[in-house]
Amino acid sequence: MIHQYKLNGYNIVLDVYSNSIHVVDDVAYDIISMYNNKNKSQEEIIEKILTDYPNLTMDEVLDCISEIKHLENENKLFSEDQYKDIPLHKKSAKNVVKALCLHVAHTCNLNCEYCFASQGNYKGKRALMTYEVGKQALDFLIHNSGTRRNLEVDFFGGEPLMNLDVCKKLVKYARNIEEQYDKHFRFTLTTNGMLIDDEVIEFANEQMDNVVLSLDGRKDVHDRLRKDIRGNGSYDVIVPKFKKLINNRTKGTYYLRGTFTHFNTDFTNDILHMADLGFTQLSMEPVVCPPEDPYALTKEDLPIILEQYEILAKEMLKREKHGNGFTFYHYMIDLAHGPCIYKRMSGCGSGTEYLAVTPWGELFPCHQFVSDPKYSMGDVWKGITNIPLQDEFSMCNAYARKECKDCWAKLYCSGGCAANAYHASGSILSTYEYGCELFKKRMECAIMLQIAKQEI
Amino acid sequence: MENKKRIKTIETRDLANSMKNGGCGECQTSCQSACKTSCGVANQQCENKKK
Repeated sequence: MIHQYKLNGYNIVLDVYSNSIHVVDDVAYDIISMYNNKNKSQEEIIEKILTDYPNLTMDEVLDCISEIKHLENENKLFSEDQYKDIPLHKKSAKNVVKALCLHVAHTCNLNCEYCFASQGNYKGKRALMTYEVGKQALDFLIHNSGTRRNLEVDFFGGEPLMNLDVCKKLVKYARNIEEQYDKHFRFTLTTNGMLIDDEVIEFANEQMDNVVLSLDGRKDVHDRLRKDIRGNGSYDVIVPKFKKLINNRTKGTYYLRGTFTHFNTDFTNDILHMADLGFTQLSMEPVVCPPEDPYALTKEDLPIILEQYEILAKEMLKREKHGNGFTFYHYMIDLAHGPCIYKRMSGCGSGTEYLAVTPWGELFPCHQFVSDPKYSMGDVWKGITNIPLQDEFSMCNAYARKECKDCWAKLYCSGGCAANAYHASGSILSTYEYGCELFKKRMECAIMLQIAKQEI
Repeated sequence: MENKKRIKTIETRDLANSMKNGGCGECQTSCQSACKTSCGVANQQCENKKK
């Protein structure tokens, strides 16, 4: 399977199963397209090309065809699917857990309208995780991680800094036991920033491998939906705190992470605003909410959003050339050393290697299922007890969804987000088509950007 | 970049070859990074030191 597209002056051909990427001229682009459609003989292709490009000679066309056939023989073009029978879609990932999303606080000091966690409490009781529950969660992770050395724990909420002392004690506990079990914990803190102070900055920059800081971009955009309990926007409180934290950060990564909605479909301006504030590791996600919400993305928004991704890629390239580039999470793609085929097939790992833990120690497939009792999987004391559900999630991968069968992007997204699919269609083994369209455009832009950067 | 007349092939990881040396599982879980809502796998880093 191949995918061809033109973007920012580049003609790009992706060969899906070999992972080859070719940048071609117009003649090669058209010939590859005709070969792919399989409705013309070689003679008809030559005739069509000579008609469309009257300055070309027959020898030049034959040379181009020869180049294409050479790539085909090397399995770099029109390559066959060698992976569909790899039995990883059964239960191979089962019983190995390597990442936990620890919901240390089901409460929040902001009242963001679009919050999928319903202002932090996930449509349930407000609660803080105790140290004992968190410690048991870390023990559960250690004892269920098999031979995996790198273990990931995200302090999540609600607002995790409302339970800072427990976060600090849990990190201390983890550091004390990791050598004994030959494990390495990587911690992430996802915060709205309201409670960041010098103590938090020291803790985050010393112990967190990654810090995710929520900022939606321009002040008016941010303050429209990210308000405190009294209805005041939070931008002016958090931006100086984020700057101080980042200015003191000497190791690990961070992301300024925004959410865009129907109200700011020109979200590139929000990303650029973050960059102009001096932040360089940026992320911006489409809102997750029911379609009837006023800020939900609409069908009419889709072409605007797709165009925004292109505008963003071009602007990033421009800034890169001028020495003030920044990274955008979805455009980070390492073409030469990216993930192996197993990673590309095996999906996000929700419900198998990745689990969310509530303040009470209950396990869910991921943070986005936490409000739904149907998706309760067990707890940190007894482990996973809902085996049929675990089996269902272990089937979520690039080859599990019929909608993905002929999609060129399936080995880039691995079938997409189970929660998004569930909310859009009622099944974790379906797809969220709107999200697919956004994802595909992001991948096209990401690949173009990498190609263009090689020319800088 | 490999130069041909009309086609430039970019250096990419050989996916078929990664069937032999991949699958160590040490890489980051996709959703555990920045997005939490719309992740893919293509932008994850490979952490296999033996590849």
